[in-house]
Amino acid sequence: MATADHPAIRIQGLRKRYGTGETAVDALKGVDMTVGHGEVVGLIGPSGSGKSTLLKCLGAVIEPTGGRMEIAGEAVYDEGWRIDDLRALRRDRIGFIFQAPYLISFLDVTDNVALLPMLAGVGNAQARSRARELLAALDVAHRASAQVSQLSGGEQQRVAIARALANRPPVILADEPTAPLDSVRALTVVRILNDMAVQFQAAIIVVTHDEKIIPTFRRIYHIRDGRTHEEAGEGRAP
Amino acid sequence: MINLAGRDILHGWGKFAFTGIGLGLLIGVTLSMAGIYRGMVEDATVLIEGSGADLWIVQQGTLGPYAEPSSLRDDVDRSIAGLPGVAQTGNVAYLTMQASHGGTESRVMLVGFERGRPGEPAFLVAGRPVSRSHYEAVADEKAGFRVGERVRIRRHEYEVVGLTRRMVSASGDPMVFVPLKDAQEVQFLKDNDALVNERARTAANPSFNRPGVPGLLEAVQASQAQSRQVNSVLVRVAEGADPEDVAAGIRRWKRLQAYTKAQMDEILVAKLIATSSRQIGMFLVILSVVSAAIVAFIIYTLTVNKVREIAVLKLIGATNATIGGMILQQALGLGVIGFVVGRFVAGLWAPVFPKYVLLLPGDALRGFALVMAICSLASVVAIRAALRVDPAEAIGG
Repeated sequence: MATADHPAIRIQGLRKRYGTGETAVDALKGVDMTVGHGEVVGLIGPSGSGKSTLLKCLGAVIEPTGGRMEIAGEAVYDEGWRIDDLRALRRDRIGFIFQAPYLISFLDVTDNVALLPMLAGVGNAQARSRARELLAALDVAHRASAQVSQLSGGEQQRVAIARALANRPPVILADEPTAPLDSVRALTVVRILNDMAVQFQAAIIVVTHDEKIIPTFRRIYHIRDGRTHEEAGEGRAP
Repeated sequence: MINLAGRDILHGWGKFAFTGIGLGLLIGVTLSMAGIYRGMVEDATVLIEGSGADLWIVQQGTLGPYAEPSSLRDDVDRSIAGLPGVAQTGNVAYLTMQASHGGTESRVMLVGFERGRPGEPAFLVAGRPVSRSHYEAVADEKAGFRVGERVRIRRHEYEVVGLTRRMVSASGDPMVFVPLKDAQEVQFLKDNDALVNERARTAANPSFNRPGVPGLLEAVQASQAQSRQVNSVLVRVAEGADPEDVAAGIRRWKRLQAYTKAQMDEILVAKLIATSSRQIGMFLVILSVVSAAIVAFIIYTLTVNKVREIAVLKLIGATNATIGGMILQQALGLGVIGFVVGRFVAGLWAPVFPKYVLLLPGDALRGFALVMAICSLASVVAIRAALRVDPAEAIGG
């Protein structure tokens, strides 16, 4: 049952093992995590700690080995996928922001954002209208007709955020979204993510190594040796 | 829904256009090859239709006069003319040779014909028909002659008095029509040295130079300097007569070979140009395979260059059908560009070919269907590669 009373995402004892037998590697050994609607949390940890594996499990692109995962109160994984159409799950309930914007180079800005609602069956006009609203909210409405190659790095990242929000997903996974940006732009992106999380009541999980933005999180999950440890962050205004 | 293939083509139109032009040139060559084959068949058909004959009478046991040498005496036509069902006969002599004009040489088929009988030019596009008994010619315009020009054929000069069109041999050589006697001379008479030698040898023969038989030597020598041979007798059958019945009668009673139009068509198309058509068929197969390989390579390269975008598309929920459809549409789009360019260039360079190139709309349609099929097939490799792209590739780590 998916309601606003439940956290946007709840993970309990999530495990992931690569390989079998003696060569098997346990990348996740029982991860617990809960993120509420409108909340932005940081996920940090050294290389090889399991951040990307966790992100891929949360993004339903690889299958965990065990544990439970709920999105907005609905179990999507409980010792096995509980959803038949993972593609639709990713499309409708999970937004992705990557280290590089990875926009579709042959679509203009509006269509990059409108593509997601269109893939979900929303009509062209309505999808573009929604895209324009999001672009306006992210202050890139003036570049709506531009080609991706004409945008600056910061503008591309804003468009990528707009795309992640296009289907109003309860969960957004951001993989090193500020890595290529300078301090000012990185903090701007974090401020935007905070604003969008509140505005769209989305839970945003930000995987990062970026020391500049770590102090802005109110809650941080440290991941080490396949396990998460929650701690309070500084929660500085970005 | 956005047409992803269309957007990608528009975004990289220069790349697609150049690739399409390259593919189009290849398709143009393929269409031209088909056009060359059609032209050969058309030349053979025109040769048959243009002669105005219903039957071809040739030497027994030969496929003459176009596919094999054939030699008949030129009085055979009189005995054929008297058969039931025969409306008109005409002796013809054919000889493929070089003709000089204005310092250049042309490959032509010399046709000796009798005025007003089967075998004469079907129509003229310039000038007038041959009216004198000797040294006038009507030429196919493809020979490059002009009305009034003088053309050297062996020992004599001929005045071109008229031009005709689409009168070519089965090999595509333009025809030059001259009076039969002239053609016989060109074809069968020996040169002066040979004649002098032949006369001397005859005069030295006591059997031809006997005392008390005046005029024998001169008669023999005169017969050596004349030709009574033709290659074929063309027959026009009477109205209502069945050409096959008339041909059967000639075969039975005259000990000659008679071919109807259908049989002559079979000889020319199925026998004379059979090897050439198989050759062209091989070329078409090879060109089709090369085109398929090129399209497959291009589409595969374009797809591989978009792996990250395909991964993102899969990650954000695009179905395999959406991604496969995008690649298929791009392949088909490339095929359409290639076909349009190919058809255009084939039409552009067809008149420059020395032989007739006939581009039929039916062949173009079949070619289009083949191009689309090849492009669809060629996209399979790229689609398989795209469907193997892991959406996790969009996420780092």
